[in-house]
Amino acid sequence: MALKHATPMLDELEKGPWPSFVTDIKRVAARKPMCEDLLGLLEMSYEHKEGHWKHGGIVGVFGYGGGVIGRYCDRPDLFPNVAHFHTMRVNQPASKFYTSEVLRKLCDIWEEHGSGLTNMHGSTGDVILLGTTTDQLEPIFYRLTHELGMDLGGSGSNMRTPEGCVGKARCEWSCLDTQDIIYDITMRYQDELHRPMFPYKFKFKASGCPNDCVAAIARADCSIIGTWRDKIRIDQEAVRAYVGGELVPNGGSHGFEKRKLDIQKEVIDLCPTRCMEWDGKNLKIWDEDCTRCMHCINVMPRALRPGTDVGATILCGAKAPILEGAQLSSVIIPFMKMEPPYEEFHSFVEKMWDWWMENGKNRERLGELIQRLGLREFLKAVEVEPDPRMINTPRFNPYIFYDPADVPGGWERDGKAYRERHHA
Amino acid sequence: MPFDPSDIMKDRLTDIGPPKYDKFFPPFIKENYGKWKYHEILEPGVLVHVSETGAEVYTVRVGAARLLSVDLIREVCDIADKHCGGYVRWTTRNNIEFMVDDKAKLKPLIDDLKSRGNWFPIGGTGASVTNVVHTQGWVHCHTPAIDASGIVKAVMDELFEYFGSHKLPAQVRISLACCLNMCGAVHCSDIAILGVHRKPPIIEHERVQNVCEIPLVIAACPTAAIKPKKVGDYKSVEINENRCMFCGNCYTMCPALPLADGEGDGIALWVGGKVSNSRVPPKFSKLAVPYIPNEPPRWPTTVQTIKKMLETYASDARRYERVGEWIERIGWERFFEKTGIEFRHEHIDDYRLAMMTWRTTTQFKF
Ligand code: HEM
Ligand code: HEM
Ligand code: SF4
Ligand code: SF4
Ligand code: SF4
Ligand code: SF4
Repeated sequence: MALKHATPMLDELEKGPWPSFVTDIKRVAARKPMCEDLLGLLEMSYEHKEGHWKHGGIVGVFGYGGGVIGRYCDRPDLFPNVAHFHTMRVNQPASKFYTSEVLRKLCDIWEEHGSGLTNMHGSTGDVILLGTTTDQLEPIFYRLTHELGMDLGGSGSNMRTPEGCVGKARCEWSCLDTQDIIYDITMRYQDELHRPMFPYKFKFKASGCPNDCVAAIARADCSIIGTWRDKIRIDQEAVRAYVGGELVPNGGSHGFEKRKLDIQKEVIDLCPTRCMEWDGKNLKIWDEDCTRCMHCINVMPRALRPGTDVGATILCGAKAPILEGAQLSSVIIPFMKMEPPYEEFHSFVEKMWDWWMENGKNRERLGELIQRLGLREFLKAVEVEPDPRMINTPRFNPYIFYDPADVPGGWERDGKAYRERHHA
Repeated sequence: MPFDPSDIMKDRLTDIGPPKYDKFFPPFIKENYGKWKYHEILEPGVLVHVSETGAEVYTVRVGAARLLSVDLIREVCDIADKHCGGYVRWTTRNNIEFMVDDKAKLKPLIDDLKSRGNWFPIGGTGASVTNVVHTQGWVHCHTPAIDASGIVKAVMDELFEYFGSHKLPAQVRISLACCLNMCGAVHCSDIAILGVHRKPPIIEHERVQNVCEIPLVIAACPTAAIKPKKVGDYKSVEINENRCMFCGNCYTMCPALPLADGEGDGIALWVGGKVSNSRVPPKFSKLAVPYIPNEPPRWPTTVQTIKKMLETYASDARRYERVGEWIERIGWERFFEKTGIEFRHEHIDDYRLAMMTWRTTTQFKF
């Protein structure tokens, strides 16, 4: 069936082996004028090499400040069906398992009230419903909550939808119950998620181990990363089986061909702390030197496992470049047990937010505020003692800010007495 | 009770949160939660996880465009119903995972996926290029300098063989963000594709006072390039164009300061970032190519430059070495030599803390 607008450039993107979003949109466009016009608008962007969406516009569902992003096209004269094309963010279940039943219902709602296009998923984690009009927002919200038991996620200056890795659901390395932690944070802080109250956005992400499959360390204002304090568990027989070529190294990440693992070259020499030894029979790990980087465990998943005294390292402050430049999260709490009901963690979060809300400027992320006022001020606010695990190296500049309380006599001085000792 | 538009408060449910995570777990996931012992990748895209209970779960991972229609999701549901008891999951990188609890169910699942044209390419595990995480681009955002889905499609078509195989020294994560806001947080990727503007904002003096809060606009500029200015009768702003680094913050605050420009905008490529802690700490990606023009619809220069970098890495790096580890071993001087990428003044940082990136030793290679 011929569509309303010719799309010669987009048609080029129907070629090639990777699934084509253009072909996908086209089949919906055959019955949905919104998608037809979206293709026309996108084709125009390809010609102009400029986008054609207007800036902003505040829309939402009653009582929420987040979850909906207003979107209007700047050529409604040419593409009236995408004059309004708002996004809804739907809070995904932790680690993104679904039943076909719930997905089909979601599709039905979106077929009826929206464009029929989605992002599975947005980079923060939500299911993104892409393109509807203002009058449809309330019915969608009603049906999501009543028929699917699903709620909107966050947008704007509020907590964003938290996200975790697949964790204990299907990964042997998970030192944390990432799903439960993410669910707990999401439920406990619904108000913060739906009603903007912060200087800017705030993200939590939880990965079960230092492999960090949700990139928490690069993307979350508060990154929760699973780790352990005791020894790596070793099955020496399985180590010998890798060396003997009976087991496939790295879980088959480099192909499933049987080959003998060169344990010296592939494991021991690549251990960043050189804390391992192989005597031809047994693997020895000097665990007190291990920094738990996961390399040896990744290479020999059947022989090595994280320890059993597990918990999380809490790091804060990651963000993309806007405004002050990109940051990774920094270690704040080297180890926290992270067991339900997570009281220690909640208390940390609430102290952190209080400090940020009190001191943060408009659109200042937590990481930027920590940069501006100093890590020491942040540690004081969250009542955490300094620890060498927080730094790569002690400072090498001598310009230290002291607190008058730390200096005998404080900063009050007697100028007269000074001049009695030193004549001007 | 159906929705009643004349009384939106009736039966209103709010703040119910997401469905509890285990509501959608397949039974074998629920039973083996936290009991997983080890996993293996049987072939690219196919994993087995073995539990302490002896249970086995087989996963087939397939790539997908992130932008999906309800038609495609319904097809995913059909597959899940037919083979997986109605369960399915998505990964962080927008792959779809189908799981079965019996090896005998694996082949029918794979055959079915392969029979459906090219909608469900199998791969994305191990030492591969897995799915590209990306942002909205011209499909849906107001600030992009480039498209997103289209570039990703063109790149993945060209790198397709690396998605469905384990031919690389280690996994390579490619990400795309269509402007410096980086909704996709691409700044720690092995290879990052970033949309960049290169012309300072247009100032629509007659609109500024109507649609913008001038003090917020001024405060938004990281380089303090913006000042208030009266232009005729209008309260407007003035921009010191030499200080503008095209971040788009002012536009975010004020729609009367548009940046987008068909000729000025384009793509920068970044390399060598990672997020995992394995072997070496997480790293930021660094600038490889400052600018490639927008070349819709197939973006050939971008695609070929990425391919060249990837293949140079593939032939040169040691097993387990991520792109960033490889570059640090051989040195940036060799990286530019081997990839044939021109080193230009844009590669030398001139923003805050730039000095941290300048060489302060005589140790380098000729
Ligand atoms: C109105 C235009 C924008 C659109 C359409 C847009 C769209 C999106 C979407 C769909 C996501 C993923 C959300 C999710 O999964 O929950 C996202 C995340 C994000 N957005 Fe935006 N966004 C816009 C503006 C901005 C602005 C102005 C900034 C920064 C100043 C920004 C920075 C980010 C970042 C850093 C992320 C999260 C990346 C991560 O996962 O860490 N976005 N955006
Ligand atoms: C062969 C063993 C491995 C398996 C089965 C595996 C499994 C996975 C899975 C299922 C995901 C998606 C997670 C989610 O959606 O929640 C993922 C992502 C990821 N994995 Fe792994 N992983 C393996 C090895 C590794 C290793 C060795 C590293 C690091 C050296 C690693 C780093 C990552 C990262 C960084 C991501 C997230 C990528 C991103 O979103 O940016 N993985 N992995
Ligand atoms: S972060 Fe660790 S625990 Fe979580 S899925 Fe990745 S490898 Fe498994
Ligand atoms: S986890 Fe890393 S640091 Fe620890 S022993 Fe293994 S390779 Fe070495
Ligand atoms: S990266 Fe920039 S252009 Fe792309 S979706 Fe985010 S804000 Fe929009
Ligand atoms: S684009 Fe960025 S640097 Fe340029 S004037 Fe606007 S806020 Fe300032």
